[in-house]
Amino acid sequence: MRIQFLRGFWKLTWLETKIFTREPMGFVGTLVMPVILFIVLGRALGANEPVTTAQVDLPFNAAILAAVLIAISAVQSLVAIISIYREGGILKRLRATPLSPVTILGAHVVVKLIFTVISLALLLLAGRRLFPGVMQVNVFSFTMAVLLGTLSILSLGFLIASVVPTARFAGLISAAALYPMIALSGLFFPIDRLPSAFQWISFVLPTTHAVALLQGVWAGTGWEAHWVNVAALLVLFAAYTALSSKVFRWE
Amino acid sequence: MKAVIAVSNLGKRYGRTVAVDDVSLEVFEGEIFGLIGPNGAGKTTTMECVQGSRVPDKGTISVLGLDPQRDANELRQRIGVQHQEAHLQKRIKVWEAVDLWSSLYTRVVDADALLARLGLEAKRNAWFMTLSGGQKQRLFIALALIHEPEVVFLDELTTGLDPQARRAIWGLVTGIRDRGTTVFLTTHLMEEAERLCDRVAIIEHGRIIELGTPDDLVRKYCPERTVVFTSVDANVGERLHQLGAVERAEGSEATYTIRGEGDDFVTEVINVIAREGIRVRGFRTEIPALEDVFLKLTGHGIRD
Repeated sequence: MRIQFLRGFWKLTWLETKIFTREPMGFVGTLVMPVILFIVLGRALGANEPVTTAQVDLPFNAAILAAVLIAISAVQSLVAIISIYREGGILKRLRATPLSPVTILGAHVVVKLIFTVISLALLLLAGRRLFPGVMQVNVFSFTMAVLLGTLSILSLGFLIASVVPTARFAGLISAAALYPMIALSGLFFPIDRLPSAFQWISFVLPTTHAVALLQGVWAGTGWEAHWVNVAALLVLFAAYTALSSKVFRWE
Repeated sequence: MKAVIAVSNLGKRYGRTVAVDDVSLEVFEGEIFGLIGPNGAGKTTTMECVQGSRVPDKGTISVLGLDPQRDANELRQRIGVQHQEAHLQKRIKVWEAVDLWSSLYTRVVDADALLARLGLEAKRNAWFMTLSGGQKQRLFIALALIHEPEVVFLDELTTGLDPQARRAIWGLVTGIRDRGTTVFLTTHLMEEAERLCDRVAIIEHGRIIELGTPDDLVRKYCPERTVVFTSVDANVGERLHQLGAVERAEGSEATYTIRGEGDDFVTEVINVIAREGIRVRGFRTEIPALEDVFLKLTGHGIRD
């Protein structure tokens, strides 16, 4: 089983990485847009003053928003790629080889995580340079939190990719599903001020827990203090992955 | 002859639509076997069940002695497939695709030699999206052959290609058979089936309605032969009366059409013409083809 999974995995991951860099729009959209947004928002909100957790109400934390956007754009890109691959019969062709389905999809997840890290590194670099004093975050801890959050949100992306009918609708449906998630994530309004139905919804959305974890890491509290969010991200990841493996269509 | 594929009473439905009703067939080692029929007849579904990429509702399938569902992993190492209207990543390079595929199989052929054989060596560094239709299909053939499979499945290989590219592909397919690989293909082009296939099965509405070599099928269902010739001699019709009815059409020179049946009919006509000393300006024969067999068996043309 291990051999089965690894066969072709790194080659496919490297190949998909190269292919992704050949697509100018996707490349720029994933790497550059969140950073630009971060800089623009950061300046607009006067991020020269250090932001603390007590203030996340509004003005919100531009860095955390940018980090969530990086995750979201990774998911959108994943949904688009999966739907294009399905519509073009690429998934079907790959599946007719000894590649295991887990390898094919796993390689795409790894590619997305690689670009998430690169994008995040650009974000932190820009932050250090433009908003000195504000970016006092533990880089490793913040990166790990972003990766965990992205992985969990990606699993929801798989669920979306599983049900998207055509590549044409992929962008629309993923945007319609993902952007409200940011609104409900607690980044703009505290979750306890939402109506109770929305509180429930927000609890099963990975973005909510990702934002809570990132805010905690940003404020300097350890991961232990956010074990609920970490556990929720892992459980949601497992649940969405299991669910999408049930409903996923290869063609 | 050894059967490498044996299918019996295969059935598959999608919801309430019956795609394959009842299909039984055998494919022998080293032959090109064609499943022919109109679009929607059940060709692709049958082939995909045989490859193991679709689970049949009923019937049994054996490929190289393996069960396509139970032994899927072993079978994938031993068969090569090409899908109808398939694509690869737009920006994958030809060599990258071949390289990825090479890494997936336990035994592979030399990639450069294979690309050269398929006329793709100049396109090694080209992105998939920049290839012509014929080049794409040749790449898919390369990917289907990279691991020296014992059986190759080709689904509507030349659909959408121009006649020149189609002919080039036909040459490659006979080359695959000549190297000892069994080929199982589907097509809705009768000319293609006639040129390539050692045996064909005609499928309609999910059932095999006839199976045999193209020659045998034509002989069995369409024994009609027609000879058309032109001559300026007088009384041609009367001089050929022993051949039956002779149709005469006037033009700058008279055209005569004689119809008969059987393999010997054309010879007979030539003999009588020679014996009577009729001077012939033009001469041609009309011999039915697989397309006519299809028309006779189904009552409609393949493109209806």
